[in-house]
Amino acid sequence: MLKSKYAVKQISVFLENRRGRLAEVAGALLEADINIRALFLADSSEFGILRMVVNNPEKAKAILVSKDFAANETDVFAVEVEDKPGGFYRVVKVLADEGIDVEYTYAYAGSSERAILFFKVKDEEFEKAVEALLNQGIKLIEAVEVYR
Amino acid sequence: MRLKGKDYIPKEELRKIQLERLKETVRRAYHLVPFYRKKFDEAGVKPEDIKSLEDLQKLPFTTKQDLRDNYPFGLFAVPMEQVVRIHSSSGTTGKPTVVGYTEHDLRVWTEVMVRTLLMADVNPKDIVHNAYGYGLFTGGLGFHYGAEAIGAAVVPASGGFTKRQLMLMKDFGATILCSTPSFALHLYEVAKEEGYDVKKDFKLRAGFFGAEPASEGLKKTVAESWGIQYVEVYGLSEIIGPGVAASCEHGSLHVFEDHFIPEVIDPETGEVLPDGEEGELVLTTITKQALPMIRYRTKDITVLHREPCRCGRTIVQMESIKGRADDMLIVNGVNVFPSQVEHVITKVEGVTPNYVIVVDKKGVLDKLEVWVEVDERLLTDGVGTLERLKKKLEEELLNNLFINAKVKLVEPKTLERSMGKAKRIIDKRELNL
Repeated sequence: MLKSKYAVKQISVFLENRRGRLAEVAGALLEADINIRALFLADSSEFGILRMVVNNPEKAKAILVSKDFAANETDVFAVEVEDKPGGFYRVVKVLADEGIDVEYTYAYAGSSERAILFFKVKDEEFEKAVEALLNQGIKLIEAVEVYR
Repeated sequence: MRLKGKDYIPKEELRKIQLERLKETVRRAYHLVPFYRKKFDEAGVKPEDIKSLEDLQKLPFTTKQDLRDNYPFGLFAVPMEQVVRIHSSSGTTGKPTVVGYTEHDLRVWTEVMVRTLLMADVNPKDIVHNAYGYGLFTGGLGFHYGAEAIGAAVVPASGGFTKRQLMLMKDFGATILCSTPSFALHLYEVAKEEGYDVKKDFKLRAGFFGAEPASEGLKKTVAESWGIQYVEVYGLSEIIGPGVAASCEHGSLHVFEDHFIPEVIDPETGEVLPDGEEGELVLTTITKQALPMIRYRTKDITVLHREPCRCGRTIVQMESIKGRADDMLIVNGVNVFPSQVEHVITKVEGVTPNYVIVVDKKGVLDKLEVWVEVDERLLTDGVGTLERLKKKLEEELLNNLFINAKVKLVEPKTLERSMGKAKRIIDKRELNL
């Protein structure tokens, strides 16, 4: 199963638009010594969803739930691309050709000349997406590497 | 099961008993309570005018205000040496209402509570966890005496201390739960948080829920999450406490009408409505001594049905309380009961049955907001999905209640949890006037 190897557990937190709420999430993670590797905040006028890739998703979820945050896990996969024009295009082109919808994606530029892209697709299309990308010689990062 | 038989008495015999008891009650009220005598005289009726059950309609109504005006003991029909118990409402909206019981009244109360508990065949082997408040409130002691009379083991847990209650329910092997429906739901939520395996760790088989209106959706949620028979219990302290009506195995609420005669009236005109029509419930006690209540206006909105019930009981059926006439909100001219909002919410997946209704003025128009907690178990991480959920709730409210409400999704466990009766409405309109 490609999924068990490449599924990165992303933590999603439902947040009302209230002052200080983000700081409370971040504070809770700090307290538990959790490092955030990448994050993205999707928002509407009244609430937001904070999506994070962290070094220890299970612990992060447990700590957030214990503090009454509405936190959940979602499977995403991580793709490594060269940090130059066309890097992103190569990946989304493959997915488009396969007819796979990207629900959302975000990037993490990192420190080297390579960038990491996180992708969320429908759960039932996860395998197909990963397989298509690997077939096209695109580099996917194993979940264990992402948490490291 | 001698007492249970009283629910199956032939209609004609029942009417005979009712008339006899009604005549006696009216006679006692007239001769022993100056308040009633004055009211009957003003209305031009004498006890002798009550010749049939229909003549009840000639008598004037009694209201909560009458109880307050005669605070504390003005409506009692017996001298204090015959009173053995006094209960009282909390009096948050004025003077408390005070009710008294003679020894005979307590026997009546115990009888109707036993008949209530027999709706789920409670027996001496049962362990009854009673989470209704003990004290001035009638809920705790009402259930206590009923369960004890059956010979069941009663755990007088009273309210609060949710985690400890769960521990006792598990360790003692409670088979019956008595509480408000919102507290039953709260217990369930905390049980899950605490890591209990609800269906394995607990032996509950039935629950007796009352003291606040509950929608069909909330009842279903409580029954299914605990995996129990849901018995709805209706009552009010002015009449006796819990035990005025209880629901059978088919979910129909039966009024113990050999003790309490129900009528449904148009709340505006006071006119008695035929069976099957919705209006305000009016109750007359026909066996109580200390505080006879003649045509007491409950402010509860319901419908009466007299067709036979599948359970075989002959006593009259009453629909679940749709709301209190007091709780009814009028939003831009449309009547809205919190229970209707609750019903809509419980039908939509993705949110919990916890909600608050906020009414405010925007210019000349009323603005209604419904705050609902998202259900973290069903939480998806798509903003679009949540926007659709919000929109769906708004559409359902519009289609079912004809109101334009703005739905606000809030984080789980942020709305106040009720330990007793749930507070569902925040009406800011009066404050702005």
